Amino acid sequence: MTPFIVVALTLVLLGGTATVLTGQPERQAVMLSVYGGLLGVLFMTLSAPDVALSQIGVGTAIVPLVVMLTIRRMQSPRRGR
Amino acid sequence: MTRTVRLVVFGAGAAVVGILGVLAILVLPAFGGPAHAYRDAAVPAAVAHGTSNAVSSINFDLRGLDTFGEETIFLTSVVVIAVVLRSASDETEQRKKSAGRPLDSTVFGGLLFFPIILIVGLDVVTHGHLTPGGGFQGGVILGTGIHLLYVAGTYRLLERVRPVRPFEWSEAIGAGAFACLGISGLLLGASFLANVIPVGSFGTLFSAGTVPLLNGVVGVEVASGVVVLLSKFFEQAITVRPAHRRAAKTDDKSSSPRER
Repeated sequence: MTPFIVVALTLVLLGGTATVLTGQPERQAVMLSVYGGLLGVLFMTLSAPDVALSQIGVGTAIVPLVVMLTIRRMQSPRRGR
Repeated sequence: MTRTVRLVVFGAGAAVVGILGVLAILVLPAFGGPAHAYRDAAVPAAVAHGTSNAVSSINFDLRGLDTFGEETIFLTSVVVIAVVLRSASDETEQRKKSAGRPLDSTVFGGLLFFPIILIVGLDVVTHGHLTPGGGFQGGVILGTGIHLLYVAGTYRLLERVRPVRPFEWSEAIGAGAFACLGISGLLLGASFLANVIPVGSFGTLFSAGTVPLLNGVVGVEVASGVVVLLSKFFEQAITVRPAHRRAAKTDDKSSSPRER
């Protein structure tokens, strides 16, 4: 099991770094979604499927979606204040 | 407080936390070792209560009060979002004409996965006491799955299938039912959220006493909460417009009644 954990941890490390280094917020939201999925994989390898399910639902779907909708609201020219 | 004083206060606090943190980490059991004190206590307790998913047993039975607190936090966050993102007096809701059609492959994928994801969500909720998952996870799957209708179709279709009002009701009902189940434990048994229903035989659908019931009400609450939460963001992003376009045009920097 340990090699899987090492691989998953490395992917989480890379995904987190990539998320931080992504410049534009809308691209960052997509990267955040990918990072959320990688965290889900890590939790699976650490034998925590319950946490992995929550993480995949919240981290890959809800949070990036809320971020995208917020960006769309703020960038709309007629409404931005 | 000057900058120097602030730095000294922060430095003192950080040093204490840092030292205590290192001392605590040094005495932690090694990673992945065979000794798990909490597992040795929790798994027999879960088995004694007829719950094959020990995590669900901890969440809804052994430490049900913690989950009650978490559900209350979730309810509170949704209510706060609904209050903050309500349409202000200087905004009106508008419906735009359908803004183009999604790709055929997107429509196909969305319509294919819409029923599947609803079934998966229901499965995760109803089997939460047997297999990984539970009310929260299944509720999130259900609440987000409905939005495939927006991805594959239109916002109008989503609004028709998902009127927000009943979801506001069901969210409150779910949260209230959790509290009622807890109080019934108090009345019938010994304590708040006590597992007072016969636990049945281990590993079957009707087992684990109150755990599947609590999973069900949490599933209703979380699915509805996610729908309400996302609907507020969708409203803001898609339908809300400032009513007084004149004010927005003349001076963008003038302070408006509601800053965003």
